[in-house]
Amino acid sequence: MPDTVLADTAAQAVEPKQKRTALLGGRIPLARLRDLALVPAIVVIAIVGQIVNPVFLQADNLINVLQTMSEMALLVLAQTMILIVKKMDLSLESTMGLAPGVAAWLVVPTGAGHGLGLLPGAWSIPVTLAVGALVGVINSLLIIRFGLNGFIVTLGMLIVLRGILTGISGGQTFFQLPESMLYTGTAEWFGMPASIWICLALFAIAIVVLGWTSFGRSLYAIGGNVDAAKAAGIRTDRVLWIVIVTGSVLAALAGLMLSGRLASVASAQGNGYIFTVFAAAVIGGISLNGGKGTMFGAFCGILLLFMIQNVLTLAGVPAQWIGALNGLIILVALAISRITGGKVQE
Amino acid sequence: MSDGEREVSPAPAPADDGRAPTALPVVEAAGIVKRFGPTVALNGARITIKPGETHALVGRNGAGKSTLVSVLTGLHAPDEGTVTFGGAPAPRLSDRDAWRQRVACVYQKSTIIPTLTVAENLFLNRHHHGSNRLISWSGVRGRAQELLSTWSVDVDPQTPAGELDVEQRQFVEIARALSFGARFIILDEPTAQLDAAAISRLFDRIRDLQRQGVTFLFISHHLQEVYEICDMVTVFRDARHIVTAPVADLPRAELVAAMTGEAAAGLRQERSTTLDRSAAPALSVQALGSDGTYTGVSFQVGAGEIVGLAGAAASGRTEVAETVVGLRAAATGDLEIAGRRPRPGSVPAALAAGAGFVPQDRHHQGFVPDMSIADNATLSVPKRIGKNGFLSRGRRDRLADGMIEKLAIKTPGPDLPVSSLSGGNQQKVVMARALADDPRLLVLINPTAGVDVRSKEFLLGKVEETAESGTGVLIASDELDDLRMCDRILVMFQGRVTTEIARGWHDHDLVAAMEGVDLNA
Repeated sequence: MPDTVLADTAAQAVEPKQKRTALLGGRIPLARLRDLALVPAIVVIAIVGQIVNPVFLQADNLINVLQTMSEMALLVLAQTMILIVKKMDLSLESTMGLAPGVAAWLVVPTGAGHGLGLLPGAWSIPVTLAVGALVGVINSLLIIRFGLNGFIVTLGMLIVLRGILTGISGGQTFFQLPESMLYTGTAEWFGMPASIWICLALFAIAIVVLGWTSFGRSLYAIGGNVDAAKAAGIRTDRVLWIVIVTGSVLAALAGLMLSGRLASVASAQGNGYIFTVFAAAVIGGISLNGGKGTMFGAFCGILLLFMIQNVLTLAGVPAQWIGALNGLIILVALAISRITGGKVQE
Repeated sequence: MSDGEREVSPAPAPADDGRAPTALPVVEAAGIVKRFGPTVALNGARITIKPGETHALVGRNGAGKSTLVSVLTGLHAPDEGTVTFGGAPAPRLSDRDAWRQRVACVYQKSTIIPTLTVAENLFLNRHHHGSNRLISWSGVRGRAQELLSTWSVDVDPQTPAGELDVEQRQFVEIARALSFGARFIILDEPTAQLDAAAISRLFDRIRDLQRQGVTFLFISHHLQEVYEICDMVTVFRDARHIVTAPVADLPRAELVAAMTGEAAAGLRQERSTTLDRSAAPALSVQALGSDGTYTGVSFQVGAGEIVGLAGAAASGRTEVAETVVGLRAAATGDLEIAGRRPRPGSVPAALAAGAGFVPQDRHHQGFVPDMSIADNATLSVPKRIGKNGFLSRGRRDRLADGMIEKLAIKTPGPDLPVSSLSGGNQQKVVMARALADDPRLLVLINPTAGVDVRSKEFLLGKVEETAESGTGVLIASDELDDLRMCDRILVMFQGRVTTEIARGWHDHDLVAAMEGVDLNA
């Protein structure tokens, strides 16, 4: 069984009787309910937010929360997949800056900042995604093909990629982005920003893939016991390649959305995001030891973090204190998930 | 060096010839040669297993058993030789599905993924897909339930596999193997981590499946298990096939001789006691008690005396021994090691008082696998190899060399990581460390678990030698062979010392006492 809420409801629909006996049996549903552990916390924060400031539950504010979190949520999605196969990718945050940075560098006309103006504006999205894929391929090559330590490889990549972005931009910010780069960050579909739709759609796809496809389950098998996965006939290296490259492409997409929303690519774009990404994943029940956790949990993790931040802002907490509070929130959220999850986090 | 390798000429194997094959063998391997770099793991080895039999494969550590298993399960291709299944040649190595339909192995190391449920483990990578090409979890669960009940494995398919105990895990792995269509199953030391009751349940299961036409290859260090469950036995020694014979035709002494390459010494000679009554006792325990595990335990171990502490798995013997060396603290009672009273619950204090210790599980508490033999053997005696916190490598290596020689550890040098040694030699390293500081009291818990016959003899001989030098020895074990040399044995049952047995006991007396049965009643 995938430990997803959706699986629960699906199972319930098919075999309500067996479900009930299982509930009476005890521990199985409990283990699966761990996934819902953050839902009460989210509800509590929503109520507290409403009390603090009635603006909180208004549609505009909620859309604002969802939009500001959408880019980071994609990084969480990518990191969650990678953590489930028991790898790590620290370089996601630099990929998020470099990929749209390279696109802007090639597309933005000369004269304005450091642009080269080599390519027409329509090329920006393919270039962004291609840079993401290339970073993923390099990471996979070093980690899987040459067997280097994933943590250090991606730490090195984090520094290198950030340095490349600073190099090509001269430490400046790219402005005057082409129309196509702005689209994902500014367009509205059915009354909601496109980036929210993209984020929710990708999470929905990821939940289905991880819960209901052989490929998705092979991620858990690899993270849980790679030898057993091999013995079961899973082509583990190929799966790892796909996961790492997909993760980097998702980071590039997140970068594109952020650049579009801000209409610029700063040389520090994405800097420091990775810590929040890890925090959200762990709060959402993803084990750093691999093989455990669900996409739904990870989504709840990032949602909880952003809701708390929003409530603090609405409560009028001075901006200078937000940083310290963010760190504190991570620790408190971690403690909450330890209490509701009931298990030692590894 | 009593543990040294000898030049061996393969003994003739008359017993397996001249038997007309009644059916095509389930598996036949012939002339298998497998080299790993300079080491020859298998040298012309062969085995033939007929349908429906339970075939034992025995041999000392390093005899080539595991290599044969990996050749038979298609994990390694032999350098020379052929493997056939039911007369047909073995499939290509990359064709995992074909291999799985022919043979399955339940390894000592789990091939279950602990984070997934039992049902998913059973159908990993071959999930039941619904009409929309997504996995149908109710279908997977239903099929898992069906499979488990077909082979009467009493496990809820929705349990996370990590929550299964060793026994359940093995049953699940056997069920999985059968579900691929394999009717030939290799069990690699399945009893190593099981207690007596679980072993007998496992054997019932094996007999049951045997009746349904499943063939087993059974690998074990415990010869009595071979006699209990197996029909045929094949002995490997030094990468070669030595003999294959019906179990009934091969007396125990001959079997041991085939394994070790020499005539068995028979029963070990009675040792005369080395108890020195004039010296102060090595260990004195008074009314020791700990909540729920043991109560009112009092005994003494004299200098030069060997005392056994026997009992079943949950009898408290291990806990008492661990308390003596400071791994646990007792709630009540007094404990004196060589006249000194170490601080309860402190291992350094116990070591300082003169205790040496071979812990229960060498993998868990015994050594640091990737550190060298020298580092491991001297881990507990930093003072002897340097001062002011700095270690002298030269002195460490000299000390370690001495130990390697004294305990006949088979290694090219003290720098080898312990993880690359065989089980018996690993245990010798642990023993070397226990003896590193010339202890006044030596405490051993299950000292020969997972150790081959010859290393076992050697280790126990070393214990006797240590006792002769005036050290008191306490052996906590339920292995009768460990306890034979004891001057006396204290039997624990449900946390109390119930019986004291003097030397010269019969096996059934001791076993009865450990099980809490009174034979005279």
